[in-house]
Amino acid sequence: MSNQDDITPSNEAELADQGLGHAPDALGDQGYSAAGEVTLIKARRTFLENVWRGLKSAPPTAIFGLTVITIYIFFALFAPLLAPHGEAEIFDLSYAPWGEEYMFGTDQLGRDILSRLIYGARNTVGIAFVTTLFAFIIGGGLGITAAINNNGWLDNLLSRSVDVLMAIPSLIFALILLSMFGANTLNLIIIIAILDSTRVFRIARAVSLNVVVMDYVEAARLRGEKLFWILYREILPNIMPPLVAEFGLRFCFVFLTIAALSFLGVGIQPPTADWGSMVRETAGLIQFAEYDLTAAMTPMLPAAAIALLTVAVNFVVDWFLHKSSGLKD
Amino acid sequence: MSNETKGHKGDILLEMKDIVIDGYSDDRWHEIVKGVDITLRRGEVMGLIGESGAGKSTLGLAAMGFARPGCRLTSGSIMFDGIDLMKASAEERRALRGSRIAYVAQSAAASFNPAHQLIEQTVESTVRKGIKPEEEAKSDARKLYRDLQLPNPDHIGDRYPHQVSGGQLQRVMTAMAMSPRPDLIIFDEPTTALDVTTQVEVLASMRRIVEQYNTAAIYITHDLAVVAQMADVIKVLRYGETIEDADTRSMLSDPKKEYTKSLWSVRSIEKPEDESEDVILKVDHVDASYTGSAKVLDDITIEVPRGHTVAIVGESGSGKSTAARAITGLLPPSKGQILFNGKALPPTLKERGVDQLQKIQMIYQMADTAMNPRHTVRDIIGRPLEFYLGLRGRERDQRLLELVEMIELDESFIDRLPAELSGGQKQRICIARALAADPELIICDEVTSALDQIVQKGILELLLRLQKELNLTYIFITHDIATVKAISDQIVVMLEGRVVEQGMKSEILAPPYPDYTKLLLSSVPEMDPDWLTGLLEEREREGSTTA
Repeated sequence: MSNQDDITPSNEAELADQGLGHAPDALGDQGYSAAGEVTLIKARRTFLENVWRGLKSAPPTAIFGLTVITIYIFFALFAPLLAPHGEAEIFDLSYAPWGEEYMFGTDQLGRDILSRLIYGARNTVGIAFVTTLFAFIIGGGLGITAAINNNGWLDNLLSRSVDVLMAIPSLIFALILLSMFGANTLNLIIIIAILDSTRVFRIARAVSLNVVVMDYVEAARLRGEKLFWILYREILPNIMPPLVAEFGLRFCFVFLTIAALSFLGVGIQPPTADWGSMVRETAGLIQFAEYDLTAAMTPMLPAAAIALLTVAVNFVVDWFLHKSSGLKD
Repeated sequence: MSNETKGHKGDILLEMKDIVIDGYSDDRWHEIVKGVDITLRRGEVMGLIGESGAGKSTLGLAAMGFARPGCRLTSGSIMFDGIDLMKASAEERRALRGSRIAYVAQSAAASFNPAHQLIEQTVESTVRKGIKPEEEAKSDARKLYRDLQLPNPDHIGDRYPHQVSGGQLQRVMTAMAMSPRPDLIIFDEPTTALDVTTQVEVLASMRRIVEQYNTAAIYITHDLAVVAQMADVIKVLRYGETIEDADTRSMLSDPKKEYTKSLWSVRSIEKPEDESEDVILKVDHVDASYTGSAKVLDDITIEVPRGHTVAIVGESGSGKSTAARAITGLLPPSKGQILFNGKALPPTLKERGVDQLQKIQMIYQMADTAMNPRHTVRDIIGRPLEFYLGLRGRERDQRLLELVEMIELDESFIDRLPAELSGGQKQRICIARALAADPELIICDEVTSALDQIVQKGILELLLRLQKELNLTYIFITHDIATVKAISDQIVVMLEGRVVEQGMKSEILAPPYPDYTKLLLSSVPEMDPDWLTGLLEEREREGSTTA
């Protein structure tokens, strides 16, 4: 509350008045002056300053979430440097116990679990991120277009098609499509992106509808602007906060879907390391809990990696939504 | 007639001393109200007047011991009939509201629950606070409806909010406030959203009922002419401070402060009218409708002379904005055509070429929603320069600066966002955006009606100057007769989608008037505390002679 430089009064003389105050010369002997009207001007800050201000006021849950996400990104980027062994390097010893050589043991083929966990960050998170991005480009673009064309034939065509796609349970639909087209990474990304874009379409259309009716969109149309300009310059900047929040949530769902598909064997294919399939491959170890607790923990590690990231992203999204909705405590 | 338990007229009812209220924005607290005193006696009506942002609504709510979310009552004392509202618990304050203090909000339509009948809502707090049993309260409500001259007072209460008009709803809300027979009613801009013709009726019934029950009231508005009809004393606020305090008559006849005089400044602009034969735009027997059913425009013919201003006046729903939409191509006419410079314009926006779009520009009523909140002034004004004129880089920035200076702002505004501009500055940027296209015709849709008087004056003077310098033609849509007088050469009066009357300003604004024009003109409040009384008497006389 005490930051004096937060606000720059439009008039130097008002510094003492702190922000909203008199403009004694807006109306005086010289008469009225438009430039002298009092307004509240936000201090000019760079992007980094804004980020820092945001972080300072972030709740502990959001700090926790951001920290976790940063660590994941770090591991994903530097996986080859951080992992003690190769991603698909096979050693003589399968199902090795936890220990010095293999920190979390090895799997059924003798691959180092720790290394695969680290590479898994790159694969699972990376693929989920790319998929979500595609889902947003497709769903967001079409959603805003539908909103601009509100209740026209294009809007109806798109909206009804989305209804049809959403009527089919998405996991089952994804399984069918993956069996049809073959389970490789590219197909996985395309199929999940299209299926998830339906949800993005819905939200993008809904939030755009509130913006499309604004006079500035009408003004752009009167100017003769083309669809792309209206979509990208007039509407998109005004619906970013809900879309960014949705991106976080969508990412979690995509990430879980991919893990689930991998667990079922149609997701990311071996030898690519992936948390979902790692859970499946080592799931059998869980029954040895009474003999070797650490071995039984092995399938828990990739599962925990999935869970932790999901929780972390949700914390951050919650904070962001709260901030962007302008709610005050 | 007055209630004997309510004390004597002239006793002090509400005393607010040195009130300071803070508001929270951009991460810090700012003073919104800076030490204002209010003393209100029983049966007295006080007008609080000021521009937007003067703190008048905040102060009105503070009289109930209430601060909006994001605001806080920082210091001062509020004594209401011996109760210190600053020290009273939330419980005690709540007990007062809706029983001894009532509030009438600006937008009646937004304040009623659409799912309940009007009479249920009228008596709700009276019954819940145990002031009267339900049946008694309801029969009293019907009596209040009658006092407020609502049509069909015995049954109007059975309707739902969407079944009555805006003016009626505002009166029902007054009845709701009156139902518990409060000591104090706070009216917060109760007629601002109404048409002038409706406003007169609502003002008359509010004034009558406040007098009849000897209730004290605080009447908040930005329109001095309105408050002159209602209030015994007037307090002028600006930036959260008192500018001037006086009883109504002396305030109007002899305002002490420069600022107070500026509150009726639009009325001081005079524009000599000027005839011309050179027609730039002709709307030729145009019909239009939104869904193919009822005609919103019915055989409209309007001629607009080059370099002059045509004002289109009428109440909401008269089709004046629709006429603008037909001209711009947003709503293709179902019949007739629109000629621009002698050539027919294609009916729809899509069929019009960029050069046709460029020549007709539009300025909107709400500058807030007419500018993209995420674009800076540079983007907003720069875009038409790029789009129509193909200016880039230095050339563009050069022209941008010229335009900003043309609207009497300076370089420092170029990198601001709309949220960092005041209402008048926003509207100026919108004018600059229209000018950037290098247009011949500008359609101004109620461009000043959301602005404070002094700012309105500035904008109108700017528009007049630009017209002279650039030989611009304006179509000026408005419901405010003072604005029409200030800016127009010709006037078109519209009612229910038809043109009732059109001609030169001097012809239209001089008798003899057709009935509707007369009603419209006579309903505009004047700066005379006796205006409403006089008007009502005159209308009654005429009513009795024709009956």
